[in-house]
Amino acid sequence: MRIGILNYGIGNLYSIVNALRRLGADVVLINEPATKDIEGLVLPGVGNFESAARQILRIKDKLIELIDSSMPVLGICLGMQLFFEKSEEGVGEGLGIFRGEVVKLRIMGKLPHIGWNTLNILRDSPLLEDIKSGEWVYYVHSYYPSPVDRNLILAETHYHVSFPSVVGDSIRFGTQFHPEKSSITGQKILKNFLKICKK
Amino acid sequence: MGRVVKGVSFRDLRSAGDPVELASRYAAEGADELVFLDISASVEGRETMIDVVRRVASVIDIPFTVGGGIRNLDDAFRLLINGADKVSVNTAAIQNPEIISEISKRFGDQCVVLAIDAKREMIGDKLVYRVYSHSATRPTQLTAEEWAARGESLGAGEILLTSIDMDGRRSGYDIELLKRITRTVNVPVIASGGAGTLEHLYQAIVEGGADAVLAASIFHYGIYSIRQVKEYLLSRGVTVRL
Repeated sequence: MRIGILNYGIGNLYSIVNALRRLGADVVLINEPATKDIEGLVLPGVGNFESAARQILRIKDKLIELIDSSMPVLGICLGMQLFFEKSEEGVGEGLGIFRGEVVKLRIMGKLPHIGWNTLNILRDSPLLEDIKSGEWVYYVHSYYPSPVDRNLILAETHYHVSFPSVVGDSIRFGTQFHPEKSSITGQKILKNFLKICKK
Repeated sequence: MGRVVKGVSFRDLRSAGDPVELASRYAAEGADELVFLDISASVEGRETMIDVVRRVASVIDIPFTVGGGIRNLDDAFRLLINGADKVSVNTAAIQNPEIISEISKRFGDQCVVLAIDAKREMIGDKLVYRVYSHSATRPTQLTAEEWAARGESLGAGEILLTSIDMDGRRSGYDIELLKRITRTVNVPVIASGGAGTLEHLYQAIVEGGADAVLAASIFHYGIYSIRQVKEYLLSRGVTVRL
């Protein structure tokens, strides 16, 4: 099983590479989106939407083409936010794979929302197989996705407000948290993604 | 190679084991985060540290903070690409506070932990907490409150607050210090220095207002397991991940 991790010059790739390798995947870092040899794609990312939007500009058309070719894709945190059209975090366009925008957590509490929090699962999904509401995952973010199509919201999380924390359809998925930092629950989610890639 | 060491008030360091082994054990036992502080921070120590960071990061799947000897953006970058999720700055930030904003602008607020080592001092009849640099050896002109507030405004995403007086003594966290800082800043504060009993950890959270508790001695020396700590906190009504 070969998984491509898109290296678009942002964030810490080391943890996600290791997490997937521990699960037995053959991981390659790719700078250019291309279908050759990979069965799934991961868009990682910690950082700022505006600079990420700028970084992907050069490869945007190819990336959209690859995702539209029904390659399973998993966006993590900022990588998932890039699936949407735009973000309140800054100017620049996302990939527009899902309609909607990324909005700021408007709360009285501390930001960024850093730390462990629980999932509230709303819909059955192959990505969340064997995951129960109440399981803990690790967050570092101040923004969250707001899809126009609310059926895309697979799970939500409560931090002063409830926000979508897992989005997706049948092969395109995104998590606002970091599965590669989320211990056993994170492992299960990544394992589920590898299973989806195998199909 | 690198060893895990633990001291008392930053001195009398005792070896506590192999960092990679300990890290993977703690991650498996349910630690919510691992903090790795390089106290040697010498020139040859730097390469060793990068190597240890890589090896630790490859065996854990929980957040990982690394600190010690980070002097500039390059140092931070090298740790982050080698598996650290956050970097903790201390002495370098006291000497050049702009390093906090440089790192947070480049990698995000969530990436910078400001480590503050503070010590009690009586000025007249007033208790003040003075900030120390260089592994708690040099007093500065800063109080913990003003330094924490400044750090937050420069973009620190978290404060790792260590009581020099209580460090390694296992007689409880400095609750007054915690109260002062958690009242001052609006970013998460991690309590460090003094954990000896389960009650101490509870006090730091409930009385001190800490968002997280760090402990070293009690885990390194096998006094409590992480699971025991969490079960205790849960039984006292503190929400924890089990």
